[in-house]
Amino acid sequence: MSLLRFITCGSVDDGKSTLIGRLLYDTRQLHADQLAAVEADSRRRGSDLDLSLLVDGLLAEREQGITIDVAYRYFATEARTFIVADTPGHEQYTRNMVTGASTADAAVILLDARRGVLRQTRRHSHVVALLGIRRVVLAVNKIDLVGYDQKTFEAIAEEYREFAAGIGIAEVECVPVSALDGSNVVARSPRMPWYDGPTMLGWLEGVAVEDDRRSGPFRLVVQWVNRPGPDFRGAAGMVLGGTVRPGDAVRVFPGERETTVARLVTFDGDLAEAGPGESVTVVLADDLDVGRGAVLAAGDPPAVADACQADLIWMGEQEMLPGRRYLAKIGARTVGISMDTPRHRLDVDTGAQLAAKTLGLNEIGLVNVHFDQPVALDPYRANRNLGGFIVIDRMSNATVGAGLVRFPLRRASNLRWQELSVDQAGRERLNGHRGCVVWFTGLSASGKSTIANLVESRLHGEGRHTFLLDGDNVRHGLNKDLGFTDADRVENVRRVGEVAGLMVRAGLIVLVSFISPFRAERALARGIVGAGEFCEVHVDTPLAVAEERDPKGLYAKARRGELPNFTGIDSPYEPPDSPEVRLDTTALSAGEAADAVLSRLRELGVC
Amino acid sequence: MTHLDWLESEGIDIMREAVAESDRPVLLYSIGKDSSVLLHLARKAFYPSRPPFPLLHVDTTWKFQEMIAFRDRTVAELGLELVVHHNPECVALGVNPFEHGSATHTDMWKTQGLRQALDERRFDLAFGGARRDEEASRAKERVFSFRTADHRWEPRDQRPELWRLYNARKAPGESIRVFPLSNWTELDIWQYIERERIPVVPLYFAAERPVVERDGALIMVDDDRLPLRPGERPEYRMVRFRTLGCYPLTGAVPSTATTVREVIEETVAATTSERQGRVIDRDQSGSMERKKREGYF
Repeated sequence: MSLLRFITCGSVDDGKSTLIGRLLYDTRQLHADQLAAVEADSRRRGSDLDLSLLVDGLLAEREQGITIDVAYRYFATEARTFIVADTPGHEQYTRNMVTGASTADAAVILLDARRGVLRQTRRHSHVVALLGIRRVVLAVNKIDLVGYDQKTFEAIAEEYREFAAGIGIAEVECVPVSALDGSNVVARSPRMPWYDGPTMLGWLEGVAVEDDRRSGPFRLVVQWVNRPGPDFRGAAGMVLGGTVRPGDAVRVFPGERETTVARLVTFDGDLAEAGPGESVTVVLADDLDVGRGAVLAAGDPPAVADACQADLIWMGEQEMLPGRRYLAKIGARTVGISMDTPRHRLDVDTGAQLAAKTLGLNEIGLVNVHFDQPVALDPYRANRNLGGFIVIDRMSNATVGAGLVRFPLRRASNLRWQELSVDQAGRERLNGHRGCVVWFTGLSASGKSTIANLVESRLHGEGRHTFLLDGDNVRHGLNKDLGFTDADRVENVRRVGEVAGLMVRAGLIVLVSFISPFRAERALARGIVGAGEFCEVHVDTPLAVAEERDPKGLYAKARRGELPNFTGIDSPYEPPDSPEVRLDTTALSAGEAADAVLSRLRELGVC
Repeated sequence: MTHLDWLESEGIDIMREAVAESDRPVLLYSIGKDSSVLLHLARKAFYPSRPPFPLLHVDTTWKFQEMIAFRDRTVAELGLELVVHHNPECVALGVNPFEHGSATHTDMWKTQGLRQALDERRFDLAFGGARRDEEASRAKERVFSFRTADHRWEPRDQRPELWRLYNARKAPGESIRVFPLSNWTELDIWQYIERERIPVVPLYFAAERPVVERDGALIMVDDDRLPLRPGERPEYRMVRFRTLGCYPLTGAVPSTATTVREVIEETVAATTSERQGRVIDRDQSGSMERKKREGYF
């Protein structure tokens, strides 16, 4: 008996919970006690039998009367077993739909016959197409409420087929159903003699789950190295594409080392062949160092690239910030990544490409993604499992995005580091001191620039080579194209971090005086220079004190709403957790604060 | 690929991924049929190595005697490491379902006991045999399910799970519960047990057992600690259990199914869902979700 995974898309009002409840009820998946509980619940709400109550699980959603997350349901018929991902239809829950669609082979898209093809129908279809689901059934529900009318159904079906073909959904079946009375869900309806297509269940039982993966090139991602003793070394993982047999030549990526498959080991004995979805342990003929994350491949090779262009679905509460460093899990590897400004954002209702500087929760865009090391990948169209990745926030560890690789960008092979014969160490010897970044962060009017100025004067007096990058000054030139949105602040800090890094390589002590409100970007700046070359100074002044000082009158303006995105007022400041120096300016004079910074620099061996 | 092959392979994939992404994994072994399947998958996932983690049984001292015997036999035969934890507070107070009520009994022995065992041995990842089809609140739980440092589950703050990419990153002190059987149904479990000939506790098969009928449930008199109410006289009836837990809280069902095949036939024809035998689930509406938020498995 085979397995079909499908998703259901539609809104609460379309009767989706009722439709799933009807499938479970009519295929007799319900036990007497479950039925009794639903009947009791239904009576409390004043109806005979409300099948949607079967499906609405968590307390919170019962209280609100809505479905809040992806829920999985299971049922079986004589022909097949089914796993249903039940995903909600509200606009704000695109991420749940993407999640459910990522493992589905088919989709049920639901609409209300009285309302026809709506914006949300198109939205669901765009997501389904993007995630590579090619088999769709359109359930035209509540057909009872339009008098089982053939014309209404046919008009909707025609409109939808035309739309679906335009967005690349190859196979569409349209079925007129009533989840409420059960028409054409499991059993044919005598009320619609004009309809001669399959019932919904009939379609689900019969739909051919194509196995393109089987004919594709062999792929296996190594999850775990199995080494019970010196005599056995196996690479454990699931076959994610193609087939493999002992004796096959395979290559190990990255690195492109060639070897041969010696054995396919399982608990139940060695296999003569393994295909997609099978978890095996591969023993290779040569004793290569194949670790977790390596990709075994044959035939058309995967790309090895440190950048790609990808469709990105943003799932984080905080918007995606171009230039910020995130993590990505792809295959069995977790690597550092950053994204450029989106090339465009997709309007999922119309398919239009819109200009965008960032992506917010539930937005989908096309972006260039940079990995901090080369990774093996396939286009998502060719292989879901080697072309899909998740984006993880470094601070919260939350999954904040899902990426679908369109194609690799081979930037790394065209752009190389020029070898330089005079290096940083040489310049430092000439200067008589080391280069480093002294990064002053804190609220506006906290005293950063005053203290940084004093520190520079003293260093200069001692014969040190210095340079001071001041936030305001840099915004007049290098960064004059940037504003004060979160995305622009990230880019502002990234550029200054890069410039400071270049100056450190020139052997200078670089003083940076920037509000730099976000931890992640300060961490990025720290990462640009070497260990021990970054001294973070938190000029720690309470907001009330800074606001009281307000030498430029900025806080007053911000409070009047004339300066949007002002740090501390309507834009957050994230204080450092463990700065090299913390200066309490309510207790220290500017001179004492400068002394504290200088003594720390001596401890760090800078001067 | 049949649906059982698919479920097996997915379970193996999940277990390998979890082990590779954690420092101190453990398998929560409750001795039931789901645990038996979970253990079987673990043996397959890491073969020819042994499963690279110990088994943890959070015991309540009120389990069926046959369960404990089966547990010890299984561990000895397979050469596995077993950790048995008894909540010392419960031992000292002699917590039992009769004087303290089923809710307190379960909370203290199982929920608190599990937290203690995980904290004491600093396990950062625990495999469990929970299935999404068991109960409505389980249907939305992730395969990799996070617990805060105080072991709470936040249903509104779960990470989306896409493709087979499980995000296992966590802060120090946080832990993960991993459910490789998430996508299995009760029927899948029995069909797989039949196909793979997996040993299970004999209590799952019908036999003449001494039971009393109490509050609509058939309670087996497993030892002399069960206080009989006035008028209750144990009588031998042909019964079996669909789930196993603490014997005073686990209802038997009348049955003549003495083989796995007969159990499957009975399951297909079943008119009641399996957790119905569990007294603890019916304490209050939505009780499973409430327990889970507090750290129950």
